[in-house]
Amino acid sequence: MIHAIGLTKTFETRKGAVEAVRGVRIEVAEGEIVAFLGPNGAGKTTTMRLLTTLLKPTSGTATIAGHDLFADPTGVRRRIGYVAQGATVSPMGYVGEDLEVQARLYGLRPAEARARVREVLAQLDLTGVEQRVAGSLSGGQRRRVDIAMGLLHRPALLFLDEPTTGLDPQSRANLWGHIRRLRDDEGVTVFFSTHYLDEADALCDRVLIIDHGRIVTEGTPAQLKAGIGPDATLDDVFLTVTGRELREEAVA
Amino acid sequence: MSPSALILARYYLRATFRSKFAILFTAIQPILFLVLFGPLFDRSGVGSWGALVPGLLIQLALMSAGLAGFGIVLDQRFGVLERLRVTPASRTSLLLGRVLKDSVVLLVQAVLVITLGYAFGLRAPAGGVLLGLALIVMLAVGLASFSYAVALTIDQELFPPLMSTALVPLMLLSGALLPMSLAPAWLDVLSRLTPFRYVVEALRSLFTGSYTSAEVGWGVLVSVLFLLVGVLLGTRLFQRENA
Repeated sequence: MIHAIGLTKTFETRKGAVEAVRGVRIEVAEGEIVAFLGPNGAGKTTTMRLLTTLLKPTSGTATIAGHDLFADPTGVRRRIGYVAQGATVSPMGYVGEDLEVQARLYGLRPAEARARVREVLAQLDLTGVEQRVAGSLSGGQRRRVDIAMGLLHRPALLFLDEPTTGLDPQSRANLWGHIRRLRDDEGVTVFFSTHYLDEADALCDRVLIIDHGRIVTEGTPAQLKAGIGPDATLDDVFLTVTGRELREEAVA
Repeated sequence: MSPSALILARYYLRATFRSKFAILFTAIQPILFLVLFGPLFDRSGVGSWGALVPGLLIQLALMSAGLAGFGIVLDQRFGVLERLRVTPASRTSLLLGRVLKDSVVLLVQAVLVITLGYAFGLRAPAGGVLLGLALIVMLAVGLASFSYAVALTIDQELFPPLMSTALVPLMLLSGALLPMSLAPAWLDVLSRLTPFRYVVEALRSLFTGSYTSAEVGWGVLVSVLFLLVGVLLGTRLFQRENA
């Protein structure tokens, strides 16, 4: 589903070139849920933005959801959903209307768009919020609206950038359930970044850890923990490969 | 016109017309000039309503379409722009959807100002007014595109003060409030270097019923050039950094 080799991104800044991503290789199979971990500034969000056509890679090759990232970014856009970090909807916007417009941009006709919006809202336990403005929803509801935006066109691959940051534990667990069901019931491949190792542990089939713009380790949570020692946790894995605690980063 | 641009334009229009107060508020400056300055201007011997109303329309275009970029600053802040950029909608339609909305809003405001002008004593032929509105819409497309280009380039916080400051000299130099025929030579030269002077003069000519004057020709030429440059620049910035 994701097949990227030697992907790099160099930003030209006033202080010179900054290599944010230095040749990452990412392979994700259809139907996998993959967690993408890394300390702040390690290149997580930049990599996500490269894979979702929002940034042009400096070099490398990538096929995303069956389309070449360089030759056919529009083809990639048609097949992926991307839920960015933080907000994706205006607090003044009406949820139903905003979702409908989003669906129409993917080519759905008005009646189809309305039906699909109802369907996705029901799927995410959001029935009845169509007439409300996003600003009046709870944090958990709003995050689910963000995810609904990314699902309207039935993407084969969903990118979630820190989907549960800022949510209370209950909303987080609730969102995990939704993400798991997306894969189990609809076969959606999910690639998500997170600051919470318990989240990665609970949700994913496989972990990728990025640091200083390079993938420093990858494997199933069980493999990675076994590589460190008996009773090791993902925190121990993270600490070993990056030399840093993820939790401190999450607070910072 | 791509369907995405129309879908977005309709969406933005619905949102804008939900707040009718905001539409009136953007037009408040030209309306105040019309009501509180117009009667003086008309009796000053400098010019009549037919000279003032075209100037106020340019002032309106600068304040309304010229400041349109502010809308995208909010879209950027709330992550809306990024979300739209991951859809298959073409980058040009992301720009044109907004620009179409701005043009319709400006058209509504311009009709309001012209109607008020008639109530005060403007006597312009209907044909001239319609052609004038067409010219204003062309100018609005260019101005709004340019405004988005600036908003996407500079610091978010800088946009409102910078843009509103830049628009004041452009408005004054266009001769919108007092005809540039009164200006000393240096000011006249400076004014000829700014685009909006040609549009004001074209509008004044149209409002007097002379549709084939040199002024009209220059005004149309400048508006078309401005439109092309604005849309090209705006599209390029919407495309920037995209794969």
